[in-house]
Amino acid sequence: MSEAMMDTRPAAVKPKQATILEAINAALADAMADDDTVLVLGEDVADPEEGGVVGVTKGLSTRFGDKRVRSTPIAEQAIIGAAIGASLVGYKPVAEIMLMNFTTVAMDMIVNHAAKLRYMSGGQTHVPIVIRTMTGTGMSSGGQHSDYLEAWFAHTAGMKVVAPSNPADAYGLMRAAIDDPDPVLFIENLPNYWLKGDAAEAGHVVPLGKARIAQDGRDITIVSYSRTLTETLSALKAIEQAGISAEIIDLRTLSPWDEDTVLASVAKTGRLLVAHEAVEKHGLGAEIAAVASNRLFGKLKAPVARLGAPYTPVPFSKSLEDAYAPNAKRIAETVIAICKQQD
Amino acid sequence: MADNLGPDGETLLGIYRRAALLKANDERSRKVITTGRLMMPYYSYRGQEIIPSALCASLTDEDYLVTIYRGIHDMLAKGMPLNDLWAEIAGRTGGTCKGKGGPMHLTYPKKGIMVTTGIVGSSMPIANGLAWGAQLSGDGRVAVATFGDGASNIGAFHEALNLAAVWKLPVVFVCQNNLYGEHTTYEKATAAKRVADRAVSYDIPGVRVDGNDPVEMYRASREAVDRARAGEGPTLIEAMTFRFHGHVFGDADGYMDKAQKAAAVAADPVPRLRARLIAEGIADEARLTAIEAEIDAAIDAAVEHALASPLPGLAELTTDVYGEAA
Repeated sequence: MSEAMMDTRPAAVKPKQATILEAINAALADAMADDDTVLVLGEDVADPEEGGVVGVTKGLSTRFGDKRVRSTPIAEQAIIGAAIGASLVGYKPVAEIMLMNFTTVAMDMIVNHAAKLRYMSGGQTHVPIVIRTMTGTGMSSGGQHSDYLEAWFAHTAGMKVVAPSNPADAYGLMRAAIDDPDPVLFIENLPNYWLKGDAAEAGHVVPLGKARIAQDGRDITIVSYSRTLTETLSALKAIEQAGISAEIIDLRTLSPWDEDTVLASVAKTGRLLVAHEAVEKHGLGAEIAAVASNRLFGKLKAPVARLGAPYTPVPFSKSLEDAYAPNAKRIAETVIAICKQQD
Repeated sequence: MADNLGPDGETLLGIYRRAALLKANDERSRKVITTGRLMMPYYSYRGQEIIPSALCASLTDEDYLVTIYRGIHDMLAKGMPLNDLWAEIAGRTGGTCKGKGGPMHLTYPKKGIMVTTGIVGSSMPIANGLAWGAQLSGDGRVAVATFGDGASNIGAFHEALNLAAVWKLPVVFVCQNNLYGEHTTYEKATAAKRVADRAVSYDIPGVRVDGNDPVEMYRASREAVDRARAGEGPTLIEAMTFRFHGHVFGDADGYMDKAQKAAAVAADPVPRLRARLIAEGIADEARLTAIEAEIDAAIDAAVEHALASPLPGLAELTTDVYGEAA
């Protein structure tokens, strides 16, 4: 059967396809077109510098001008400081910190200032900025270009943290993040930039703080996000072949996270695995596991489990890097092992 | 510098009004702490009053200020009301930040006081952003970042001056060089002979002035603010001064040179300006005494207002972490 024959939907209804990279670019462009106060700044973001090292901001400076889309020096404190200051006087800056590891250079601006100014000023000021940053293993980038550091930011009161796993969510979460009144860290996965999926309609918004049930199931809840969610979906076949029905939750917003959706699911399945690419120890999974264990103690059929990276920096060598982040095979094995711990 | 940039008599008197307020407020703050009526970390600015008093003579309420933990003089000079200030440093609901910021994070956007930071070096990158906003809006506003000499050794200073220069932002960087970074002398910590010389690296004007001299300080600020407003970019001002009461109030300041400190206190810039106003016939003793009495009465009222204001209810603990999504 040809592809055209398999698709029974009328051509006009078939959703357009987009990559995550294209979805983020479209969200930025649509937000800038809808609202003159939206700005973009960061290293190489303007078109003379090729719209970013991966091209996420390509076309924006040509379309909206180099006043609203500004390439910056390699100076992360200056980038976030400029975003914070402009946000205090009515603008909505989207600042790119090229790689998540580079946020370390701007931690004072992010943690001491962006996250806290609303509280410390008693609500007189607030910091509606988005900090876009990419990361992820799989590109042989080694110890300083691939870390998932989301737990640091989720642990900082006042920050919001978002990590989409597909193009439509990437678009909708970016639109929500730009219009959110508080600082949002927006985590983009580098290898998944070219992952294709249904494109969002223009103006599509995914509210922050709402998880998505990516797959209904009965026996176990798997909570994940970003690229590990993609791996979890890839693990589904092996899990089903073992006779297990898994419910998969794409957390999407990591802070504040959607306790209601996760707890309702775990109450139904009785089992929980939290899987993420970040180091497992002290990771986001610990918070979710603690809340689920505390709230659902007595209703659980198996101990709550976590699956993350080992307690090491990200290694360079391919054999070691491949063993670092949870992949579909390890997720399936872990799920099967949890479900075998019967009564 | 052109003579038309010098302050006239009225302007000098205005600078004194501010300086006298700042001096009296610092003296009262220390008294309130030593008598146990209030407990707070207090970074006395006594000795540095002329800098913001002269600077703010060239700023409007719409211009932006980002200052630091030793910055109450900057805020008062920029127009923060005494009642709001005192209620805040007392941690009361009537404070400018509802008691949730305290002396190191006072904020008052109505007078352009946008951020007060407790982190050395962090005022400058944020002032750039305010200036960027002004540049985009074309509203003619200027942003000022104040900081100490110690902050000129932090990376954020260099990142911020570089960005301000390449983006030609309407911002003025005012370094209040009081010769000590915490307990360490300027010479021990800073390789450059003068902070102002660091402007050369960013191809912007850098001037060192006697920050305790109201005329020099006024002229330098006026020129820098005019330049910024005219779209000609940033200026670095290094205002030489001295702090009379160590790093944090209560430290024994054994690390300070006693003769140096005695000489600085003997040359106290606030009474010096007062004497000058009388000598030049700008104001007489009676007028200045009346101004000072008015200031004392306003501070009395603010302290009493603060101490009579209620402490925040516990619901405040968890509000203002996030806003409401639109």
